[in-house]
Amino acid sequence: MKTFTYRTATDVAQGLEPGATFLAGGTNLVDLMKLGVATPDVLVDVNRLGLGEVGDLPGGGLRIGAGVRNSDLAADPRVRRDYPVLSEALLAGASGQLRNMATTAGNLLQRTRCRYFMDATMPCNKRRPGSGCPAREGDHRNLAILGASPSCVATHPSDMAVALAALDAVVRISGPAGERTVPVTELHRLPGDTPDRDTVLEHGELITAVDVPSLGFAARSAYRKVRDRASYAFAVGSVAAAAQITDGTVTDVRLAFGAVAHKPWRAFAAEEALRGRPATRESFRAAADAELAAAEPLRDNAFKVPLIRNLVASVLEGLA
Amino acid sequence: MDLVVNGVEHSLDLDPRTTLLDTLREHLGLTGSKKGCDHGQCGACTVLLDGRRVNSCLILAISQQGASVTTIEGVDHPVQQKFVEHDGFQCGYCTPGQICSAVGMLDEVAKGWPSAIGDEELTDAEIRERMSGNLCRCGAYPNMIPAIREAAGR
Repeated sequence: MKTFTYRTATDVAQGLEPGATFLAGGTNLVDLMKLGVATPDVLVDVNRLGLGEVGDLPGGGLRIGAGVRNSDLAADPRVRRDYPVLSEALLAGASGQLRNMATTAGNLLQRTRCRYFMDATMPCNKRRPGSGCPAREGDHRNLAILGASPSCVATHPSDMAVALAALDAVVRISGPAGERTVPVTELHRLPGDTPDRDTVLEHGELITAVDVPSLGFAARSAYRKVRDRASYAFAVGSVAAAAQITDGTVTDVRLAFGAVAHKPWRAFAAEEALRGRPATRESFRAAADAELAAAEPLRDNAFKVPLIRNLVASVLEGLA
Repeated sequence: MDLVVNGVEHSLDLDPRTTLLDTLREHLGLTGSKKGCDHGQCGACTVLLDGRRVNSCLILAISQQGASVTTIEGVDHPVQQKFVEHDGFQCGYCTPGQICSAVGMLDEVAKGWPSAIGDEELTDAEIRERMSGNLCRCGAYPNMIPAIREAAGR
């Protein structure tokens, strides 16, 4: 591991010097430092900033502190009651040990697990801009089918972020230039020709909290994840869904897909196709197809298209 | 920096790169916690940090000023005797991590924390899911499950 200087953050707005990065739970960052993929000169530890509480928002909804551990959030009675999709997504991710360290903001800002990104000896446009992308012709079975670019086909690996995208959650950000908010659906970028930038955050900006607005029908919501083994593996495809179904008709719905793109993929087209439609398997599959029409699978990941279609139908049937 | 390990206070002067695992093994001589993958994938390094199970290989010791750590050397729990009775290991390399993880997991169950399985009781499926962060390359899982189940009082 490259040497670095360590210090403790004292203020959410203090920002970062060039070459510095924030340390939260460390479950991804420390690993990337060991691999030589992350090489910060300075680590600024944000664990003592007091961002570890879940609070109620006025008028309903929750404010989740950036430092709340994934295990505590998954077990929070308000999350389990009002947003089961969020608790389920968290519990579908990682292991008990990792969830005890990983934080809300760290989970959002974790890096792709694309093998070429994780291997410092390989070309990768995300890690070393302009060096190329071996994934397009190489190992891309678990990479993107939506929103990718010639320079990058990486996927965002988070489960939690998929649920937050479906729930219209909003990220609260603090930095030297002040405070701002960004919807979770707009936090992560599509790769384009600058895949080295995962998110819209500027250097030194710090996520302080995630607000989840009140959404009555989210009490009927679910997360379903498909992976290569029964537990403790990243998704090859996942769906977060909340549905309001009245007299057999879908009156409102939230859908997001995981492991298909450079960001948690909010399925706005599928939602639009589903509102006002009968709550049947045919409608669910047609709605999924409305979203997946834009899919551009690679040689070895075309299976994700029917996988997501079937997942959408299965999850929504479970909520109907 | 200061760290309390198995109830004993230590004052340490560490390179910032030193993980909690390397601190325990190389600086404090506590070699019970094992280095398997060193990437948070196998669970052999599991210890209890302020009572919660964590992968000590992914934690920089310097970030844990004042924390209290319990390693296998400091564990005294019924699950240990149950592992012996049920032959819940073969080579033993993963066992300290399995035991520490089981102790932390049973505490999570007692607090009412859910798992991805969602059973009301601590079924075998629940034990498998909750222990999925600990790998055993000998495949001794079938004997660990009754050991953990009985340690939970079921």
